[in-house]
Amino acid sequence: MSALRTVLQRELTGYFATPVAWVFIVIFLVMTAVFTFYLGGFYTRGIADLEPFFRFHPWLYLFLVPAISMRLWAEERRSGTIELLLTLPLTVTQAVLGKYLAAWLFLGLCLLLTFPIWLTVNYLGDPDNGAILAAYLGSWLMAGGMLAIGSCLSALTRNQVVAFILSVVVCFLFLLSGLPMVLDLFSAWAPQLLIDAIAGLSFLAHFADISRGVLDLRDLVYFLLVIGFWLAANVVVLNMKKGEA
Amino acid sequence: MIEAISLSKHYGAFTAVDDLSFQVDAGQVLGFLGPNGAGKSTTMKMLTGFLSPSAGSARILGHDMQRDALAARRRIGYLPEGAPSYGEMTVQGFLAFVAQARELRGSAARQACAAAIERLQLGSVLQQPIETLSKGFKRRVGLAQAILHDPAVLILDEPTDGLDPNQKHEVRRLIQAMAADKIIVISTHILEEVEAVCNRAMIIARGRLLADDTPQGLIARSRYHNAVTLRLEGAEAAASQLSELPQVARAEISDGLLTVFPAAEGLFEAVSDAIGKHGWAVQELKLEAGRFDEVFRRITAGEEAA
Ligand SMILES: Nc1ncnc2c1ncn2[C@@H]1O[C@H](COP(=O)(O)OP(=O)(O)O)[C@@H](O)[C@H]1O
Ligand SMILES: [Mg+2]
Repeated sequence: MSALRTVLQRELTGYFATPVAWVFIVIFLVMTAVFTFYLGGFYTRGIADLEPFFRFHPWLYLFLVPAISMRLWAEERRSGTIELLLTLPLTVTQAVLGKYLAAWLFLGLCLLLTFPIWLTVNYLGDPDNGAILAAYLGSWLMAGGMLAIGSCLSALTRNQVVAFILSVVVCFLFLLSGLPMVLDLFSAWAPQLLIDAIAGLSFLAHFADISRGVLDLRDLVYFLLVIGFWLAANVVVLNMKKGEA
Repeated sequence: MIEAISLSKHYGAFTAVDDLSFQVDAGQVLGFLGPNGAGKSTTMKMLTGFLSPSAGSARILGHDMQRDALAARRRIGYLPEGAPSYGEMTVQGFLAFVAQARELRGSAARQACAAAIERLQLGSVLQQPIETLSKGFKRRVGLAQAILHDPAVLILDEPTDGLDPNQKHEVRRLIQAMAADKIIVISTHILEEVEAVCNRAMIIARGRLLADDTPQGLIARSRYHNAVTLRLEGAEAAASQLSELPQVARAEISDGLLTVFPAAEGLFEAVSDAIGKHGWAVQELKLEAGRFDEVFRRITAGEEAA
């Protein structure tokens, strides 16, 4: 446990030792604002909630989360520090969790820094703050799911660009898998069970309710399972790399 | 004790380490010698458990590196090839991180860091990000990290690479000072380093163990062992006269130096006598212990297998 915390602390301070963290935070906030106010029509809707804010989070994360996750393991491998890290007295699981949690906390911090929009909506009207809290939590969970995907894929390569592209593609598939456009591809030939399974994997479907402030236990469990699955895969990938390269 | 038991590593069809077996005991400083690509680093990566062997196993202080790696890693200090470290961290921050990961806390951590900083003379760069340091400093940060927890086993992959002669000397002194109660394995392709700090040397090439001996033992395998080399005017004439001596097997001249090879004991005395007898003006005269580079080249060129 303390080994995990050691890794987590190092990672987290690492973010702020370089301008990367600050640049990321600024980009995150600017993009959020652009999406919410221009595309979401925050003011013109005349409803006091944050639906236009949360609605675009999946698309925001699609590019911003891989930008964070791409370096998690690829950079360790490129610089050789992975050899240092994995010969310290800690397990691969502790290293994976430590790095992952640091990145997830960082994304959480970015999300928290959007609080002015919450202040605004409370100033303008009388929103359901419980629903807003649930949506924040759901958004953070979805970011966590994409982050776990990105972390695992980043362990496959020493090249951050490759890690980024792989992560965007896989996250995109996870986002889209619930849309009719994708399901139609399968509906002609696949059994209903498979189609339901694919639809059930969709980030969008699970996030849709959450963004309206309905935090269903099933959605919660879904995101936690996604995170657990990809982090377990991350550990497997690192262990396999010990054997082959 | 370090035990390598039939260690092998394949990368696809390529064999980087081929059935390597050896043991290292406390008090030994083992030098891994070999040309580039010999498999030194790969072997060290398997000893530290960073890579799993394709076949065979490594045991450190009785712990199997595949099954019981954590217990072993607590007692290993490792400098990986190229001395990697987190560039954005300061020297101080990095060492504090390693101390924490090494399960040192509070004053124990501070003392360990202070001792390592002192031993590697890092005091002047403590607050500098590692990526801004010179190559020599980076290597010393890597060494500091490796010795921080006073490990029983030290595995150092090219510890003096990139250091200037003074720094090389310092690091060798450091290794010698730690040698008494530790097991130390270093890899290098600098032969003089092995002579200077190791009490055992293993030569590997193409992943195979070719020689395992003391540095002196290896040097004694040189054809120059106990030969006598002279610098003098009229080397040709002297060569033919020396060749007549029963103690001389052969005389060779290269770069103005005359070397006579022994056929029997007492070569040096016989040559000295001849110098006196003929009244040669000798500028230089030495009894050769042997030439390490010649032994190394001959062994790694595959002419000799130990
Ligand atoms: N990940 C890898 N994939 C394929 N070949 C590798 C890999 N790592 C090392 N090798 C090869 O294995 C051989 C031994 O490498 P190494 O152990 O680094 O040698 P040394 O440290 O003695 O110079 C080299 O020929 C190298 O090219
Ligand atoms: Mg090497």
